[in-house]
Amino acid sequence: MQIAIASGKGGTGKTTVSVNLYYFLSEKYNNRVQLIDCDVEEPNDMLFFPQAKKEAEKEVFTAVPEIDKERCIYCKKCVEWCEFNAISIVQRLKFAEVNYELCHSCGACFEACSFEALTPVQNSLGSISDYRTTFGAGIVEGRLKIGSAMQTALIKSVKKQADSNQQITLLDAPPGTSCPVVETVATANYVILVTEPTPFGLHDLKITVELLNEIHKPFGVIVNKAGLGNNTIYQFLEENNITLLGKIPFSKAYAENYSRGEIFENIPVDVEKAYHFILGKLATIIN
Amino acid sequence: MKEITILSGKGGAGKTSIAAALASLARNAVFCDNDVDAADLHLILKPEIKETHSFDSGSLAFINQEECTNCETCLEACRFEAIFTNSDGFPEINPYQCEGCRLCERLCPVGTIQTTQNRNNRWFISDTRLGLMVHAKMGPGEENSGKLVTRIREKAKELARENKAQFIINDGPPGIGCTAISSITGTNAVLLVIEPTFSGLHDARRLVELVNSFKVPIYAIINKHDINLEFTATVVHYLIDNNIPLVGKIPFSEMFVECMLHEKSLVEYAPNHPISLNLKTIWEKISNNSIH
Repeated sequence: MQIAIASGKGGTGKTTVSVNLYYFLSEKYNNRVQLIDCDVEEPNDMLFFPQAKKEAEKEVFTAVPEIDKERCIYCKKCVEWCEFNAISIVQRLKFAEVNYELCHSCGACFEACSFEALTPVQNSLGSISDYRTTFGAGIVEGRLKIGSAMQTALIKSVKKQADSNQQITLLDAPPGTSCPVVETVATANYVILVTEPTPFGLHDLKITVELLNEIHKPFGVIVNKAGLGNNTIYQFLEENNITLLGKIPFSKAYAENYSRGEIFENIPVDVEKAYHFILGKLATIIN
Repeated sequence: MKEITILSGKGGAGKTSIAAALASLARNAVFCDNDVDAADLHLILKPEIKETHSFDSGSLAFINQEECTNCETCLEACRFEAIFTNSDGFPEINPYQCEGCRLCERLCPVGTIQTTQNRNNRWFISDTRLGLMVHAKMGPGEENSGKLVTRIREKAKELARENKAQFIINDGPPGIGCTAISSITGTNAVLLVIEPTFSGLHDARRLVELVNSFKVPIYAIINKHDINLEFTATVVHYLIDNNIPLVGKIPFSEMFVECMLHEKSLVEYAPNHPISLNLKTIWEKISNNSIH
């Protein structure tokens, strides 16, 4: 089954929760757990596995059009068919150009052209890497090429690496509530929302709940950095009958460990207890 | 007029808290929340909405099953895997995967596919106690966040010109994707908020590379610098090596959450707190152009 870890607000602890769940679930489910870092703009999961071995890396491309000016009759039919304004043609100047930043690789222009003036060329979106870790079934990381605005297309490719032979595939989602998040959670059987008990955390949780209700995804909430802020978030969960999967206490010492990329060392007792509580809650969902 | 955009790469670095603090220090500025995906600045600035506009949130195809001959042309043509065979055995559009390219509509031999443009995104012009604000709210799961950012930034510029404002302060989105790109294009300066963590620096590096490709000057603030002093030194080195002026260091403080609970910026909530004075110095450096 697939479990996505998401949050509206950034910096609430998606990555921390994802890698910790990878650790604790691997222990419980005989290492049949895979982790996919779908936050392709800023992939951070691997920072916590300095010893991991990279087993494969491949570049991901999409097909974008290149215009052959010898064949082009400047009829502008491709311009008309392009819904993203990615093609500019000026007949008088014999000017024909494609703006690759606007191109969505939908393929409409190729169908539009009757003169074989457009040929597909490969445009890189970024890369996908497979890592072997000392526990678990391995981690897949998507990494967006800097300057590319096609993060959603890359997420779609990264998610194809989900291994259905594993018992659990964890999907670490990007922050926000728009297309990249929808793409990440689309195939998930369950979504874990990570929030913090602050006004920003609550506000962004509400808009994410609205999204998940709209796309009919079952979900539960982990309140991270518990102890900060106030209790309004718990009232919201109660009033809306939302499952509270657990609370992870805020600890400045743990934040220091995190800053060094060391989250599996010296896990504070109350944090470890919180994860075991969450695991117990998740068990009924997984089975 | 100078447009300053606050970004971080990593979420939760403190962009909005710092944007709100600078907003209360800037005289004569327009504020714009570029994080249209999960906007939070309005929770502090408490805008009073004066104008509401709807905005294109992408197009969506629809297949009329009654006229469909089940030829599967659309299924094969769609590059977004947005068309699936439903339980009746007919092709159906998954609205969350459809990018609105209209290719299926154009290729359908019986013309039974129609695309409609949605306008489920909203943007607003508002009054706040600190000045004018332009902000937005996206419909859940809607598209076009990049274009929405471009639109509200245009409006903020227009208002700044009309009101002879000296500054536009943009509270930016996390990441380096389409909304970040739309936030950087054409701005006058990026204020980079970094937290001294492994992931904070990793994410900032990717952002800096992106901003450099647009040739926009960058200033940096290290937030929560005392969480790891050793790593703060690493971040300082990185900034020196990349010629990025460090305009200030802010310690970790629960005061940031406390003032948020009171719907105030830190500078308003505790004007004489050392961090408020610190933020004042930072704003003076940025606004006086006394960097470099």
